[in-house]
Amino acid sequence: MEQPTKIIAIISTQDETIKAGGAPVFVTRDRETLQKVSTTLSRTLDASVHEVDVNTMILVAH
Amino acid sequence: MSQYLIAVVIGTLVGFVARILLIRTDFRQYPTYPTGRIINLSFGFIAAFIGSVSIPAVLESDWTAVTFLGLAATQFREVRKMEREALEKVDRKELVQRGEGFIEGMAQAFEGRNYMVMFVALITTLIGVYYIWLAILIGIILTLIIKVIIKGKILSNIAEIDEGNIRFCGPNLYVNDIHIKNVGLKSSKKTIMERAVGVIITPKNQNSVLTLSNLSQRQAILHHGANILGSYLDSGEPDLVPLSKRDMADGRLAVYFLPMEKDFAQIKEVLKHVPVLDSAIRLPSEANKGKSEK
Repeated sequence: MEQPTKIIAIISTQDETIKAGGAPVFVTRDRETLQKVSTTLSRTLDASVHEVDVNTMILVAH
Repeated sequence: MSQYLIAVVIGTLVGFVARILLIRTDFRQYPTYPTGRIINLSFGFIAAFIGSVSIPAVLESDWTAVTFLGLAATQFREVRKMEREALEKVDRKELVQRGEGFIEGMAQAFEGRNYMVMFVALITTLIGVYYIWLAILIGIILTLIIKVIIKGKILSNIAEIDEGNIRFCGPNLYVNDIHIKNVGLKSSKKTIMERAVGVIITPKNQNSVLTLSNLSQRQAILHHGANILGSYLDSGEPDLVPLSKRDMADGRLAVYFLPMEKDFAQIKEVLKHVPVLDSAIRLPSEANKGKSEK
């Protein structure tokens, strides 16, 4: 809460809904791979995964 | 000087015994056993000694000695700072941190107890110069009084604790009607549904609304719970980190955490005994807000 939170990666099945920004965007084929990639990234980066909508996840460092 | 010797010895001893009674190493493992206890007890002894030798110094009109003793007493303020720094360092490596308010409270208790001991020793010695037996009696009574009054409030004094229902609405985690956070991973959701416990803490009055909104107080609740009930958590598992959120409209607090055992009777009993932090206590009901009295 006290530290600044930051999006460190974006994972999505619909890359057209995202404009390039500060964080890398991972494009996945379907929602199943979306979960898999998110899990891997979350484990390696120790960050939490939040769902923006069913097709897009963001990885946030708290 | 020898006429005061017995009084000083008794004063110091009574003060030291008071310190031993005030020390309480419990499940929190603080003060740590045994080194932390030695530090605490030695300071208590020094405090008791300072308290009791000040009386002969005053009676003999030895003002230099009295001044020096005053100087020694101010050193106990440093003790609190030292204690706070040490605790803060250790706290960084806790899975569920104590929080600054809790640490400040512990440091304050440490300093406060030393002053109490000094006071007991001082009074005991003062009486001991004239009546030895009366001094011992008064010393014991004072110690008991201090033991009783130094106890702080606990959470059950200021709030009701009820079980909350953990549920998901899409990716959003709720405890009853209070939103906790957004969880994206299916695997985390599953773990949370299996292991998480929700608790709703309802403040009893407007003073406790403010106390419960204090972030340090909330962290203390989480720390206390995780410490006694265990926690299903590791570093690098941000989804499982215990959280507390409040309902901004009525001040209820929703607590979400993953204990090792999911038995609500136990959880309730544990949370009832969370200390209410000194730094979190507010009494807005005693302030004049221009409300018309009815």
